Amino acid sequence: MIDLYTRRRWTNRLTMGAAALATLFGLFWLAWLLFTLCVNGIGHLSWSVFSQPTPSPKGEGGLYNAIIGSLIVTGLGTAIGAPIGILAGTYLAEYGRDSRLAAVVRFFNDVLLAAPSIVLGLFIYQLVVVQIGHFAAFAGGVALALIVIPVTLRLTENMMRLVPDRMREAAAALGVPRWKVITHIVYRAAKAGIATGVLLGVARIAGETAPLLFTALNNRFTSYDLWSPIANLPIMIFRFALSPYEGWNQLAWVGAFLITFAILGLNIFTRVVLRHSASE
Amino acid sequence: MNQAAESIPPVPGRSAGSRATPVGDTFFHGLTAVAAVLVLAIIAGIAVSLILGSAPALAEFGPGFLVSDVWNPVTNNFGAYVAIFGTLVTSAIAMVIAVPVSFGVALFISELAPAWLKRPISVAIELLAAVPSIIYGMWGLFVLAPVMADTIQPWLKTIFGDIPLLGVLVQGPPIGIGVFTAGVILAIMVIPFIASVMRDTFEVVPKVLKESAYATGATTWEVVRHIVLPYTRTGVVGGIMLGLGRALGETMAVTFVIGNSHNIHAGLFHPGNSIAATLANEFTEATGEIYTSALLALGLILFGITLIVLIAARLLLMRLQAGEGR
Amino acid sequence: MKPRLTNPTLIAASAALLAGGAVTANAKVDAIDGAGATFPYPVYSKWAQAYKDEKGVKLNYQAIGSGGGIKQIKAKTVDFGASDAPLKQKELEKAGLMQFPAVMGGVVPVVNAPGVAKGDLTLDGKTFAKIYLGKIKKWNAPAIQKLNPDVDLPDKKITVVHRSDGSGTTWIFTSYLSKVSDAWKNGPGHAKSVAWPAGVGGKGNQGVASYVNRIKGSIGYVEYAYALQNDMAWVQMKNKAGGTVQPNIESFQSAASHADWKNAPGFYMVLTNEPGKESWPITAASYILMHKEQADPQVAQAVLKFYNWSYKQGDEMAKNLDYVPLPSGLIKQIRAKWESQLQGEDGSSVWPPK
Repeated sequence: MIDLYTRRRWTNRLTMGAAALATLFGLFWLAWLLFTLCVNGIGHLSWSVFSQPTPSPKGEGGLYNAIIGSLIVTGLGTAIGAPIGILAGTYLAEYGRDSRLAAVVRFFNDVLLAAPSIVLGLFIYQLVVVQIGHFAAFAGGVALALIVIPVTLRLTENMMRLVPDRMREAAAALGVPRWKVITHIVYRAAKAGIATGVLLGVARIAGETAPLLFTALNNRFTSYDLWSPIANLPIMIFRFALSPYEGWNQLAWVGAFLITFAILGLNIFTRVVLRHSASE
Repeated sequence: MNQAAESIPPVPGRSAGSRATPVGDTFFHGLTAVAAVLVLAIIAGIAVSLILGSAPALAEFGPGFLVSDVWNPVTNNFGAYVAIFGTLVTSAIAMVIAVPVSFGVALFISELAPAWLKRPISVAIELLAAVPSIIYGMWGLFVLAPVMADTIQPWLKTIFGDIPLLGVLVQGPPIGIGVFTAGVILAIMVIPFIASVMRDTFEVVPKVLKESAYATGATTWEVVRHIVLPYTRTGVVGGIMLGLGRALGETMAVTFVIGNSHNIHAGLFHPGNSIAATLANEFTEATGEIYTSALLALGLILFGITLIVLIAARLLLMRLQAGEGR
Repeated sequence: MKPRLTNPTLIAASAALLAGGAVTANAKVDAIDGAGATFPYPVYSKWAQAYKDEKGVKLNYQAIGSGGGIKQIKAKTVDFGASDAPLKQKELEKAGLMQFPAVMGGVVPVVNAPGVAKGDLTLDGKTFAKIYLGKIKKWNAPAIQKLNPDVDLPDKKITVVHRSDGSGTTWIFTSYLSKVSDAWKNGPGHAKSVAWPAGVGGKGNQGVASYVNRIKGSIGYVEYAYALQNDMAWVQMKNKAGGTVQPNIESFQSAASHADWKNAPGFYMVLTNEPGKESWPITAASYILMHKEQADPQVAQAVLKFYNWSYKQGDEMAKNLDYVPLPSGLIKQIRAKWESQLQGEDGSSVWPPK
């Protein structure tokens, strides 16, 4: 008969082994995914990918217009969404705090965070595209902003609440008005955290496809016009991956490779920033 | 603590350099409040546009829309049951796989991994969440589905095929596309969300509690089982709910691999459909008011389901927190 | 194609951006937006590239689906819409639209059955419909064997593959099935998306193609270009006249030549099950939709100029991508329709350009 001690030890080994296996299981998917992207993406990577716009079928070209378009739409989404998210987060952390309004906003912010992105796209289609009469980069930016807002809002609030109230009180005691306390002291103390929120928001939207389907649409050519349809990497990948032409399929893999590694890089960078601020 | 900030009085006219005016403060206060209210306005806008859009379909089909399994664009007869069923089943498969795995990951990072390994592993796991969903979809269709079809599904069939109940679940053509594959992809996508929340909560358990348990001779597992888990129930539940919310609304990845068939089968290898996938597949092609409206009604239902999950999570957390008495 | 193009374009575009609102209404139209059917997307994309290189006008066409094309042109969010399923004359009038065909192609049944090579298998409409109805379940069913006495058919289950998304391809395909089978007509019917009695759904042509490639014993339908590019085993069809035909540009053109375009109001023409021994039974034209009354005739003219150019210059490019150019007689009728139907708000005709 197995004694109690042995049994306990074996239970422990078994569960801990399972935990290690689970971790390997998780890492295995990431490794497999990245491996596939590298194998299919790197081989076709060349300078023309960055310098030329999308080709016609069987033609030669690159992803220049899609890369530019993605930068524009993502930039626009961040420029619109981040300030709103930061200000709203500020309200929750400073003025609202335990008020009823703050609780309601906090809850619905979680709802917005969980809202399927395709639904956001439909909403902006009705709100912007139909109103201005055509698809536009601007509409895509607004749709993406709706994703940036809840991400930055949440991190801003959390980070600002980490700033000890003693600092606010000390500043207030010197007669500094509340808004200056917030902008000069709290923001400064929480800036790394807020930046993290913004960057995570950027990383979230850079690869979003669904909300752009009915807003920014796509563009065959290079466009810098905010009021016209604009190319972007995710939709280009979506179209080209499912096309019959090998050249387009290859570009889809290259695009997938670029966007994934750009986003992963941004995430790693963000984490370095966060660690840096934590050790300060 | 929280009251302290509320009570900071704006002292006028005493600051060095610039004059402090209540105007500046009123303005900034107002500005932040407007931004906060904007969040509510967005949600209201989404809800209103969905409700208005789905009104014709809901008026036409009534509450029967929820339980009807017909989806026929030719006769303009629509029901949401198949899509709701697929959404719930794929999410359930995802949770069955993801919850234990995430728990293991969180456990490994917080209790087992040597200090130098903790950070790289947790970052790597979180990177899984950063990969865009269209990449998962593309990878799922071109890479994972063939493996499922050739290896995993036949293997599962030989193992479980003759066992009652489980045997029914592994029915279906082993084509690598279907409810099961969609569930697996969703699981991979939500593991990082659940794992990182669990890990965060595991790490707030006071060292004193764990150390004293170890001192009495408890094994790592016993510490986790009897100290860490009871202490962190709220966080664990919160993480699971967060992951569930993600799984329910995921669009692009599911669309590629679910098989998009408006039929319900007991077997998990059969193709099925989810709400988000139906929207992505059919919305641009839908002509006619009722068809479009039926799709928007699906959107409304999805929105409703995510809302219910969030509210359920909130209520659960509140009850657990009350029970924990801290 | 021409790497040096990028830089001047970039500079010109940034200049245009800087100039901002300074662009006046009279400025030459240099960009047109269109959206709709996925089927002609590659060829429109090819034409657009060549047209831009030649004339400097950018035609941005986006494949969002035929239904989307109709929806967007009605909402006036694009300069033209495109659809594989033509609108009936009544619908056109109600929406104030006109339509004309731009290019043709065909839908091809493809199979993945052990021992069945490309073009080996022959099917007729009735049998095909029965397979899609789920009534014929095995490859060696008597109905199939009777049509293929020389083919060694496997004793294997048939997996039907169809489109999961609403699509013009499905519209054409179900139009054919409805014409050849009453059971289909009174069952699933004819639409961009139907309640499929059997099988699995793939997203887009590529989705169907990759399912068929993957599932042993499967049958599906894809556009001709996809069957060729993916090197799939297509099926030859018995047509209305009793001839057995392979899918190719000649058999598509034969179907188009038998169509009576003159007496088709609004060019409403479904090229399925056309007469003629050489005709491919599942042929289709893809349509362009425009508003009859144009707020900005310049834009409408730019669209027409593009299609006029592609009728003249685009044949080779289309064939190269496995599309079928329109017969020349039809093009004359189309130009006449442009002249009589498209007007500016002041009633002046848009075509021909002055």
